[in-house]
Amino acid sequence: MTISDSAITVQPGAAKSSNGAIEHSREVLKRSCVVIRFAGDSGDGMQLTGDRFSSAAAAFGNDLATMPNFPAEIRAPAGTLPGVSSFQLHFADHDILTAGDQPDVLVAMNPAALKANIADLPPGGILVANSDEFTKRNLTKVGYPANPLEDGSLCAYTVHSVAMETLARGALEHTELSKKDASRSKNMFALGLLCWMYHRPTEGTERYLREKFVRRPDLAEANILAFRAGWNYGETTETFAVTYEVSPAKLDAGTYRQITGNTALAYGIVAAGQRSGLPVFLGSYPITPASDILHELSKHKAFNVTTFQAEDEISGIGAAIGAAFGGAFGVTTTSGPGISLKSEAAGLAVALELPLLIIDVQRGGPSTGLPTKTEQSDLLQAMFGRNGECPLPIVAPRSPTDCFDAALDATRIAITYRTPVILLSDGSLANGSEPWKVPAVESLPPIEPGFATAPNAPDGSGEFWPYQRDDDTLARPWAVPGTAGLEHRIGGLEKADGRGSISYDPDNHDHMVRLRQAKVDGITVPGLEVDDPDGHAELLVLGWGSTFGAIGAGCRQVRAHGLAIAQAHLRHLNPLPANLADLLHNYRTVLVPEMNLGQLALLLRSRFLIDVKSYTKVSGLPFKAEELRNVFIDALKGDLL
Amino acid sequence: MSATDLGLPLMGGLDAIPTTDQKQSAKDYTSDQEIRWCPGCGDYAVLAAVRGFLPELGLRRENVVFISGIGCSSRFPYYLNTYGMHSIHGRAPTIATGLAVTRPDLSVFVVTGDGDALSIGGNHLIHAIRRNVNLTILLFNNRIYGLTKGQYSPTSEVGKITKSTPRGSLDHPFNPLSLVLGAEASFVARAIDADRAQLTDVLRKATAHRGTSFVEIYQDCPIFNDGAFDVIRRGGDNAKQRIIPLRHGEPIRFGVNNEYGVVLGEGGFGLRIAPVAGVGEDAVLVHDTERPDPSIAFALSRLSDHDLTHTITGVFRCVRRPTYDDGARLQIREAKATESADLAALLRGRDTWTVDA
Ligand code: SF4
Repeated sequence: MTISDSAITVQPGAAKSSNGAIEHSREVLKRSCVVIRFAGDSGDGMQLTGDRFSSAAAAFGNDLATMPNFPAEIRAPAGTLPGVSSFQLHFADHDILTAGDQPDVLVAMNPAALKANIADLPPGGILVANSDEFTKRNLTKVGYPANPLEDGSLCAYTVHSVAMETLARGALEHTELSKKDASRSKNMFALGLLCWMYHRPTEGTERYLREKFVRRPDLAEANILAFRAGWNYGETTETFAVTYEVSPAKLDAGTYRQITGNTALAYGIVAAGQRSGLPVFLGSYPITPASDILHELSKHKAFNVTTFQAEDEISGIGAAIGAAFGGAFGVTTTSGPGISLKSEAAGLAVALELPLLIIDVQRGGPSTGLPTKTEQSDLLQAMFGRNGECPLPIVAPRSPTDCFDAALDATRIAITYRTPVILLSDGSLANGSEPWKVPAVESLPPIEPGFATAPNAPDGSGEFWPYQRDDDTLARPWAVPGTAGLEHRIGGLEKADGRGSISYDPDNHDHMVRLRQAKVDGITVPGLEVDDPDGHAELLVLGWGSTFGAIGAGCRQVRAHGLAIAQAHLRHLNPLPANLADLLHNYRTVLVPEMNLGQLALLLRSRFLIDVKSYTKVSGLPFKAEELRNVFIDALKGDLL
Repeated sequence: MSATDLGLPLMGGLDAIPTTDQKQSAKDYTSDQEIRWCPGCGDYAVLAAVRGFLPELGLRRENVVFISGIGCSSRFPYYLNTYGMHSIHGRAPTIATGLAVTRPDLSVFVVTGDGDALSIGGNHLIHAIRRNVNLTILLFNNRIYGLTKGQYSPTSEVGKITKSTPRGSLDHPFNPLSLVLGAEASFVARAIDADRAQLTDVLRKATAHRGTSFVEIYQDCPIFNDGAFDVIRRGGDNAKQRIIPLRHGEPIRFGVNNEYGVVLGEGGFGLRIAPVAGVGEDAVLVHDTERPDPSIAFALSRLSDHDLTHTITGVFRCVRRPTYDDGARLQIREAKATESADLAALLRGRDTWTVDA
């Protein structure tokens, strides 16, 4: 990461952290940041383990970022490489932007996890391996001729070989638990051990386990026992000579929690419903990685949130349109090929000019592609992927926590301008998490639905004209059924401007096409801010969506070399901020890194006639800060492209 | 996950919809739009029946909504002075579902055709019916694609020569009533466009039913499938020999002199038609729309031959079953009654930490 770990102070003997109150009888090294990767079989509970460690780090006051990485199969064959699931987390005593390029510590629960991840562990890194799983059979399964824990092949690393399963089972000997259940708690053993190594508080995890297994207190206690056994193992055996401390980060004052992008989106939707006073209706069909938004929203019925698990993607958006016609805040969520299925109905929503929020959690494509991996490859589809001239606004959050604000922002646009809005999240935002400074509810912007209540015909006829527009926003009135005197019919056929009746008139169609475009083009979005601390950078790195963290971290590294570089990040992809044209012309080079084959670059080139440089990667994994740093330095040297 | 008793109220289809004391007429329900169906199209008769029947419901006009898909019949909403949406091909049930779930104060109709509902929208139709959303679905079945100028539809007979099937169509047609009964429909009926009295009667019962009411209307398309239903549309003895009208609580009989009856099939399976004189009056099946088991209703749907040798009309089935939209609203009400809706508390969650200034 950007800030090196060289600032190490050695504290002899026991250490007492400021708020963790955990005492150790070992040498304590201070670290400014640490990256841990938990890796194991899909069935080993690595996501839960990582998530718990993150919570402990968050509760301790570190800044943090996480990156889960799991296969699409729920349970790929046990012990195989395709079945490996991992969770990387980066925690620090300062503000950080990414989940880290490479781990400092790799926890490998089986040979497959080791094989799939060891290449990412830099020399000198710490490996904690569950030796119980390193059996001949398991080693053969992944093509290890000999046990790497014993054959010296891992001598570049500090290797801790721990019989986690045996030790966890031993700790549970006196419980009623079956051998199988006891073995399954090995992940909690690993978590306990890592919590000990990094001085993490333990109460949160114990409380979490009690709540999670509230109906199975025996399992709760067993997991807690295994967790404590892991902690005690570190404390009592001599294997671990040192432990590490990462002090709390100096974040802005406030109340914090940890949150994933999908949860933040769901909360943003709930908040938008509350701030607009509208009932929320989500029509959705389960699809990875968007389903968690459906799951989360289905819990919040008390906030007047209705969730409808539809028979397919089309029905999900169709029902949301129906709800919007009735005056609710209609939302639909999807991912991957789901957004293709919604195209037709999204076009209808553009023609109807009804508020609608369409959330696309982008994943690897084409087709089914890589369901659990991340990509930014739906931008052009969001822009143009409907028949006819069919413009709609596009909003993209930059980080898991920004998903909350982006959802509110997208709702504001949808309701103010009576238009469907596409919010482009992606797999890394959806499942990634970071600390979130919880906003005060009063600080959230109110959203005014402004339903039509009276006839509006400009000819004084006392009729209601559904396509009579607001002069400023060009929005049409939102007149909901149940309002007497405003009965009207709308549909997908072209409408006469104003009156809204079916019209095949050529001039009217030309006019309406231009009006719909003008409405979207005229949406007010904030000007783009540039981070150019020196004020004389010649290279502007322009990104959008989830690449914000990696681009930012890459820029920090470049600046640490004493070089000037500017960063700007687009939230509004359509319309683009009004000051973008000038901004782009201010820099000698504009570089656009994207996790696609250059979709934003294509838009910018055609729109502004600027030869922006495009750096692309489509591996299903986020950019690494170091990778981008090198790209930026190349660009500064003029070597790029 | 276990099934829970939703404790749903037993209501009528129009309960919770605001009514008016003002006298309404068909004219009140007539919009200013010029009707663009072909002369002689059966849609006119259905429109007249609907305009004539809506006023008698006594609902506030602004609380009536017609949603349609694409096709000739889907122009229907434009001609009614209610709220309406002419949506996209096959998707009307989805839009109507979202509307009905969020707005219990609306009477929501879906107008669709054989291509719209049974071909491109087949999936949405069966799922709306399965959920039993409080909707009235009117399927105009003319057994042809009209708006696209005469291709065979999913209800066209095998071997039909059309623009897209010069050697005859190969697809086996759907029997729409068998299909929706298989989808657990709680209200199923059939009417003929030309028989206004019966159509109105069916519409009345359909709107009074809470849940999805499915009404198939045989509709003549004189342009592309002229006379498809003539043998039953034209009245007279020919029609009497073919049409088997269903009346709840009455023996199912028909014929020029009511000489035929519907009786249980061989070995108790299915139904068959027999001369009443031959089997005796007691053997004739007494129609019961409220039979919980749909087998008899299904057997009745199978008695209707595609060539219209026999055509059953009237209400096949009308049973009470929890509706999706009532259930969804009940869950919201219960959540509101038992959980706090404190946004600040939600955003904070359970694990927070504080950073001091
Ligand atoms: S094509 Fe047939 S169904 Fe369509 S309007 Fe003309 S007659 Fe009616």
